[in-house]
Amino acid sequence: MFAYFLKRLAFVLPIALAVSALCFSLVYLAPGDPLSAVLPSDASQETIEQVKADYGLDRPIPVQYVIWLGKALQGDLGKSISNGRAVAAEIGNAIGNSLMLAVLAASLGFTLGALLGIVAGYAHGSWLDRLLSTVAIAGVSVPHYWLGIVLVAVFSVKLNMLPAMGNGPGGPWVWSWEHFSYLILPAVTLSAIPAGIVMRSVRALVADTLKSEFVTGLVAKGMGHATVFRHLARNIAPTALAVVGVQLGYLMAGSILVETVFAWPGTGLLLNNAIQQRDIPLLQGTILVLAMFFVLLNLIVDMLQPLFDPRIRRS
Amino acid sequence: MNGTAMNGTAVGDDVKRPAMLASVRELSVRFASPQGAVHAVNGVSFDLAAGEVLGLIGESGSGKSVTLRALMRLLPESRTRIDGSIIVGGRNVMSLSRGLLNEYRGGTTAMIFQDPSLALDPVYTIGQQIAEAIRQHLDVSRSEARARALEALEMVRIPSARERLDSYPHEMSGGMRQRAMIALALAMKPRLILADEPTTALDATVQIQVLLLLRELQQQMGTSAIFVTHDLGVAAEICDRIAVMYAGRIVETGTATEVLRSPRHPYTQALMASTIHGSMRGQRIEGLAGSPPDLARLPAGCAFRARCTRAQAGCADAVPELLPHAGHAVACHVAQATQPLRAVPA
Repeated sequence: MFAYFLKRLAFVLPIALAVSALCFSLVYLAPGDPLSAVLPSDASQETIEQVKADYGLDRPIPVQYVIWLGKALQGDLGKSISNGRAVAAEIGNAIGNSLMLAVLAASLGFTLGALLGIVAGYAHGSWLDRLLSTVAIAGVSVPHYWLGIVLVAVFSVKLNMLPAMGNGPGGPWVWSWEHFSYLILPAVTLSAIPAGIVMRSVRALVADTLKSEFVTGLVAKGMGHATVFRHLARNIAPTALAVVGVQLGYLMAGSILVETVFAWPGTGLLLNNAIQQRDIPLLQGTILVLAMFFVLLNLIVDMLQPLFDPRIRRS
Repeated sequence: MNGTAMNGTAVGDDVKRPAMLASVRELSVRFASPQGAVHAVNGVSFDLAAGEVLGLIGESGSGKSVTLRALMRLLPESRTRIDGSIIVGGRNVMSLSRGLLNEYRGGTTAMIFQDPSLALDPVYTIGQQIAEAIRQHLDVSRSEARARALEALEMVRIPSARERLDSYPHEMSGGMRQRAMIALALAMKPRLILADEPTTALDATVQIQVLLLLRELQQQMGTSAIFVTHDLGVAAEICDRIAVMYAGRIVETGTATEVLRSPRHPYTQALMASTIHGSMRGQRIEGLAGSPPDLARLPAGCAFRARCTRAQAGCADAVPELLPHAGHAVACHVAQATQPLRAVPA
């Protein structure tokens, strides 16, 4: 068991390193000069050289990477080119907001997806299964930003029930309905895709497992529905957990459009702004943090799986 | 067992067997499929006395496993139509309520599956799986159930049984898994064991050990058993009576010695000629040509006639009835016509 954990951990290090190198170099693969965004178009060659030296952009790219990585490991992701503030602090503010949104959207999406998936899996092949599967495909296929705009049009504009933009009436976040109400529309919008994906995975897992011989074996020894379901749940848990882990990663990283539609000040909005302003240190830092989050989530999923499946534990 | 009222007697009961545990009458099973109804079992009748072992023999698709699963109502209800009657231990299995059915399954009748690596839950320990079945049928505490699970494992002579309680199925060998499966089936002391090719998935050397163990425990406990197999050697070893199935019908039945020593039905004869067990050294082993008929489109008359070397024109006219014939019962127009009938004691 312990060896398994060490092995998983050892796998993560090279992945994290590769991800960081990719994050760093991605920006250089994109066309355009990062300096053009901050410098006036008529800047002299000297000024350009000066700014380049200030940001360390005059050195070879591998050297820049090593320096950047060394600082990143100490929590220093550099300064934003557009506003001069520390990138780490900017991300720190944004990630709390994104996490709040992602956790609520995940709870909504995973609960709904798992429930509907179990129902559809038990009713495999019936009209109910077909109806639920259609809803799930719609949930996955509908573009988020469109769904967001429709929800705003209905609940904010038409019914005037929920706020359409921002993360609160101002001031620091407190747990009150007034603040919470700002979370609802973006969270519902964001939950549509994971709900659909989790539903479809769970449906397939339940339907497949119900057909397996050990379920017949349970019935043949006289076990009731509740016991059969307990066995079923334990068998599909490791795979369902992996799907959920990946989806949680997407929720953190993939909320650019939703955060932009709702002007939710999270990492997605930050990323959007960084791209628009060609703010390279901010872009690199944000992508790095999100990628590391993804790696961490997968590590957690890997660590949790053997709790459900003894075949992973002892092999 | 308790003097079940029977309307009609299964043919082939050439021995008086007063204490009937199970009685199946005109069992037929049809599955709905896109190609139309699949006639998997077509009017099967047999009786089983207490302590008796019946072997159901036939090729894949002859309806033997389906018959076995019907006896426990394990077939998917939405796609299956079952007709006929199944009486086990004086209870009509076809009309059992959900609660009584769960008492019957595992309690009165237990099943041993073909492949224990599929039929056991991979993520629960052997001990958990036996103990939960015990607790389903008997009102005992967790620790008592565990103690009884240990007894069951010791009964099937699993080495270091106490440690095996906490083993998962994937940590055991095939033979040991099948022993655990037998322990699970026998832990509730059922009156009827249904064994679906219980040794097919095992190594040849382990097969005979598991078989003899099963036979020994069955005799010790006085349990009845229905043994599905395509292996005539296995059938000869452990069955008291044999029923040979073809295309969902019993085509020949009688005591094991009778049927195996003097098979009357051309299908039984062909089966025996195609096995190594039945042949003498130097004698040619003949394969059985052709394949079983499509159960969605059964031919008129005798279903075996397309593969039968002795088929005559009359074989296409009517399905041959299973009639008492020379010591046992056979469903073949040709055999019935060519061999003298012998009186069967009532």
